[in-house]
Amino acid sequence: MKEETVVVTQNLVKSFGSNHVLKGFNMELHKGENLVVLGKSGSGKSVLIKCMVGLLYPDNGSVKVFGQEVSDLTVHEMDELRTRIGFLFQSSALYDSMTVRENLEFPLKRHHPKLNQKEVDDLVMEALANVGLERAVDLMPSELSGGMRKRIGLARTLILKPEIMLYDEPTTGLDPVTSREISELILEVQNNYKTSSIIITHDMDCARTVANRVIILINGERYAMGTFDELMNSDDPQLKPFFAAL
Amino acid sequence: MDNQQTGFKHFVEEVGNISAFTWKFIKAFFNRKQEWKEIIRQCYIIGYQSMPLVGITAFIMGLVLTVQSRPTLEEFGAVSYLPAMVALSMVREIGPVVTALICAGKIGSSIGAELGSMRVTEQIDAMEVSGTNPFRYLVVTRVTACIFMLPVLVVVADGISLYASYLGVNLKGVLTWNLYYHQVFESLSFSDILPAYIKTYFFGLAIGIIGCYKGYYSNKGTEGVGIAANSAVVVSSLVVFIMDLIAVQIADMLGYT
Repeated sequence: MKEETVVVTQNLVKSFGSNHVLKGFNMELHKGENLVVLGKSGSGKSVLIKCMVGLLYPDNGSVKVFGQEVSDLTVHEMDELRTRIGFLFQSSALYDSMTVRENLEFPLKRHHPKLNQKEVDDLVMEALANVGLERAVDLMPSELSGGMRKRIGLARTLILKPEIMLYDEPTTGLDPVTSREISELILEVQNNYKTSSIIITHDMDCARTVANRVIILINGERYAMGTFDELMNSDDPQLKPFFAAL
Repeated sequence: MDNQQTGFKHFVEEVGNISAFTWKFIKAFFNRKQEWKEIIRQCYIIGYQSMPLVGITAFIMGLVLTVQSRPTLEEFGAVSYLPAMVALSMVREIGPVVTALICAGKIGSSIGAELGSMRVTEQIDAMEVSGTNPFRYLVVTRVTACIFMLPVLVVVADGISLYASYLGVNLKGVLTWNLYYHQVFESLSFSDILPAYIKTYFFGLAIGIIGCYKGYYSNKGTEGVGIAANSAVVVSSLVVFIMDLIAVQIADMLGYT
């Protein structure tokens, strides 16, 4: 049976001046899977997922999310689509003038204005419980550690119960123990929320833990695709350096 | 020559971008959907929290202008014109321009730094991907608050400076409050107050737009935040002077002199 796809990119091209970042990139994200995109720094991994949520627009090619061409959507349609996609930023991007509670309430109150305060509070605590940080509810982002900020960022994203999760280097800058916890959290999100996820990373431990499939991005194109073990055991000299540390 | 051409090209591009940003604001400003709660919060921050600085500066300006003008007027035996002279200077020109410059420094830099920092730490992108329009939430609210609050601050500054002037007059003479008040409002006419008041809305627009523009499009990195804050102050102060020059010319053409 053919697997349902939720994101499709075809011949995706994106340049910044003379820097050609993506040169005809193709991929599909299947429903319910964790797809890891590996590549060197500056290879265009973050640009790829930013094209999926309309933060950047491709110079050429197509990005379809839930069958809708992202470039053709109106502002209102784009906002509707974005409520179905969660995006965890590399820096967590918590609103630093708001408490953790206000950070989580912000998207919730805007998309579900009819919820009363009790319902909002319950959903906030549920989202925090899912990332194990109920105690941080009244803290400011500046009082949180790097790992806690990532978890709160994830809770803020999950509070709208997205169908697709995009993780931009979720373990960068974290110690190995916290990185492992975040990787396990990504698996929990996949199981509990039934999300389809794209994980941009160069943390091979994270990739091995969470990936159902892996795509290697080299020179702006999809160089290889397969399971983590298939790519790790490949004899291709271009792939060897990615797995050398394992 | 190349440097001059590049500099001129950059200047023209910047003017074009700020104009486009202003037009985008105007379209959003007249949109039915507004972030009223955030606009009120920004009015509190921009208006109420600027009162102490504006008030102290206005008090000093009124007092100093009065004390320093007295010797010159004494030479001509025209000390009795002191309240009228200070009132005209303050209400027509010094009050609006100096208040706008103080706000360009305090509010412009704060907006530039805040939005610049939000851009650098991807908070604006996070807002956008969560389905919230960051332009409406961050820019329209701040610029609207600047437009509404600057005239209020100017009126407060004018009032405080006139009271300080009354104290200044009484440092070396005796003048009752009633007589001072009468002389001030005898000298002021509708044509003095209206153009001065109208231009403060445009000063508010300029300070808000330039602060937001510089922060919203600040380059990545902490250096970009500093540049955004700094250039917001420099450019908005310059624009306040240019707008004042234009406002004076228009008022003159319309006979408000």
